[in-house]
Amino acid sequence: MLTYTLKRLLLATLVTLTVSMISFALLRLSGDVAAALAGADATSADVEYLRRHYGLDRPVLVQYLDWLGQALRGDLGQSLYFKQPVAEMIRERLPVTLTIGACGIAFAVLLGIPLGVLAALRPNSWVDRLALSLAVCGQALPSFWFALLMILLFGVVLRWLPISGFGTWQQLVMPAVALGYQALPAIMRLTRGGMVEVLQTDYVRTAYAKGLPRPAVLFKHGLRNALVPVVALTAVQLGFMLGGSIVIESVFALHGIGHLAWQSISRRDLPVVQAVVLIISCFYVLITLLADLVNAWLDPRIRLEGSR
Amino acid sequence: MSAPVAAVAPAARLGGQDRLRRALRHGGLLAGAAVLGVMVLGALLAPWLAPHDPYGQDLARRLVNPVWHAGGTWVHPLGTDGLGRDYLSRLIYGSRISLLIGFGCVLISGVIGATLGVAAGYFGARVDMAVMFLITTRLSMPVVLVALAVVALVGGSLGVVVCVLGLLLWDRFAVVMRAATQQVRGLEYVTAAQAAGASTGRILIREVLPNVLDQLLVVATLEVAHAVLLEAALSFLGLGVQPPAPSWGLMVSEAKEHMFFSPWLITLPGAALFGLVLAINLLGDGLRDVAAPRRDR
Repeated sequence: MLTYTLKRLLLATLVTLTVSMISFALLRLSGDVAAALAGADATSADVEYLRRHYGLDRPVLVQYLDWLGQALRGDLGQSLYFKQPVAEMIRERLPVTLTIGACGIAFAVLLGIPLGVLAALRPNSWVDRLALSLAVCGQALPSFWFALLMILLFGVVLRWLPISGFGTWQQLVMPAVALGYQALPAIMRLTRGGMVEVLQTDYVRTAYAKGLPRPAVLFKHGLRNALVPVVALTAVQLGFMLGGSIVIESVFALHGIGHLAWQSISRRDLPVVQAVVLIISCFYVLITLLADLVNAWLDPRIRLEGSR
Repeated sequence: MSAPVAAVAPAARLGGQDRLRRALRHGGLLAGAAVLGVMVLGALLAPWLAPHDPYGQDLARRLVNPVWHAGGTWVHPLGTDGLGRDYLSRLIYGSRISLLIGFGCVLISGVIGATLGVAAGYFGARVDMAVMFLITTRLSMPVVLVALAVVALVGGSLGVVVCVLGLLLWDRFAVVMRAATQQVRGLEYVTAAQAAGASTGRILIREVLPNVLDQLLVVATLEVAHAVLLEAALSFLGLGVQPPAPSWGLMVSEAKEHMFFSPWLITLPGAALFGLVLAINLLGDGLRDVAAPRRDR
C-alpha cells in the first residue's frame, strides 16, 4: 500500500506540474497581453512599457519558473484589474464553487446509485427503461439551457425558488441540480452495469444458496462490489463539475471561482485565469488521487498490480 | 500474409450483413439517424429553406410572436428576435455552425486521439506510459475554462473554436483506441503478419486499424455531440462564436434579457441543441449496440 501511495503521489505531482506548464504556455502564446491591457488607442511606447513592467518581455520559460516559484510559496500574483492578491480573491470565492459542487455531486450520487440498482434488479422492466431514457436525455441536455428552463419554471411561473444569490438552501437547489444532473447518467449506468454483472457471479449465488436474506446479499455482496468503480467515476465527475461550474455560476449570478475566471478572461486578467486553472486542476488531481487510494484500500488487486 | 486475411474476410462480410439487420431493427439508432439526417439536410439546404435572411434586421418588427401565440403571423413562423431577425431562418442557419463545429472538431481530435491510443495499445511499455500520462494530464485540465481562455485570447471565430476544441477533446479517443488495440494486438492475424515480416506501419494500417474502426466510429459519434454542447456553452458565455453568427448557444444568451416575456426565444434554440445532441447520442449508442450486441450498456 505504501509503495502504491508513493507512486500515485509522484504521478499526481508530475501531472499537476505539466498541467500548470501547458496552461501557462497556452495562455501566454494565445495573444499579446500587453497590447490587450493597453487598449486599442495606446501608443507602442505604452505597450512596451506595460510589457516591461509586468515582465512579459522575458522568455516564456523564465516567466513560468518565476510564477511557479511564487505559486509554490502560496503567492499567485496580483490581479491586473482588481490590483489585489489573486490568492485572496480565490480564497473568498472558493467556498461558493465548492458548495455547489458538493451539493451537485451529492444530488447525482443520491439519485444515480439507487436508480442504477433498481434498474439492475429488473433488467428491461419499466424502471430500467425509464432510468435509461433519463440518462440518454440527461446527456443531451445543454446545462445552461436546463438551468434557464428551471429558472423559468420554478422561479418565474411557480415562484417556488429564488432565481439567484447564495446563502440559503433554497438558493442552492437549482444550481446544484443544474450541475449535478450532468454526472447522473454516467453514475447511473456504471452502477447498473456493475450490479448486473455482480448479481450473476458465483459468490452471490452462493450467498443466496446459504439462505442469506435478499437485502443482505444485495447490499453486502452485490452493491459493495459494484460500487468500487463508481467511487473513481464520482471523483472524476466532481473534478469535472468544479471546472464546469463556470457556466452554472454565470446563469445564477453566483460569485464563485468560475464566475471570477469568466470575468477575468473577458478582462484579459491573466494572473487570475492562470491561478483558477491551477486551482481547479489541483482539486481534480487531489480528488482522483484520494479515490484511487480508497479503491486500492477496498480492492487489493489494484494496489498489488504494480508490484507483480 | 494472405492466409489470415482470407480466413478473416468471409467472417467479416457475414458479420456485416448481420449488423445491417440488427441496425435496421434498432429503434434508437434509426430515430437518431433520421433526426440527424434531417438536420444535415436542413443545414445543406439552408439558403433555400430559410424564409428570410438570418442576418437581416428589421427594428420595426422586433420580438414578433411565433405563429401559435397571439399576434403571430406566417411571415415569421417562429417569430423574430430582439433585433427583428427571423428566428426560423436563424435556427436553420445555426445548424450549420453546430454541425461544422461538431464534425470539424472530431476530425482533429480523432486523428490525435486515435494515433496516441493505437500507438499506446500496440507498442505498450514506455509508449503506453507516456500516452497514459498525457491522457491523465489532459483530463486534469478544466476543458471549458482553458478553451474559453484560449478562444478569447486568440479571437472567437468558427475556425478557432474548431481547432481549440479539436486539440482538447482527444482524450476519449485515446482511451478507447488504446483498449481496443490492446485486444487486437494479441490476436492471431497480427502475430501472423508479424511472423510474415510485415512492417510495423503496414500492420498498424492493414491489420490493427480496420479491426478497431467500429469503436473509433462509436467514439467519434459521441464526441461530435460533446463538441456541439461545448461550443454552445462557450458561445453562451459570449466567448465562443461571435455575434451576429446564429450559433444556438449565442442565441440563448442573447435571448436572456427577453426570457420573461418571450420565453420561446430561449426554448427554441435550446430545444434544437437538445434534439441534435440527443439524435447523435442515440446514433452512437445504437452503433455500439450493433457492433457489440452482447456488451452491457
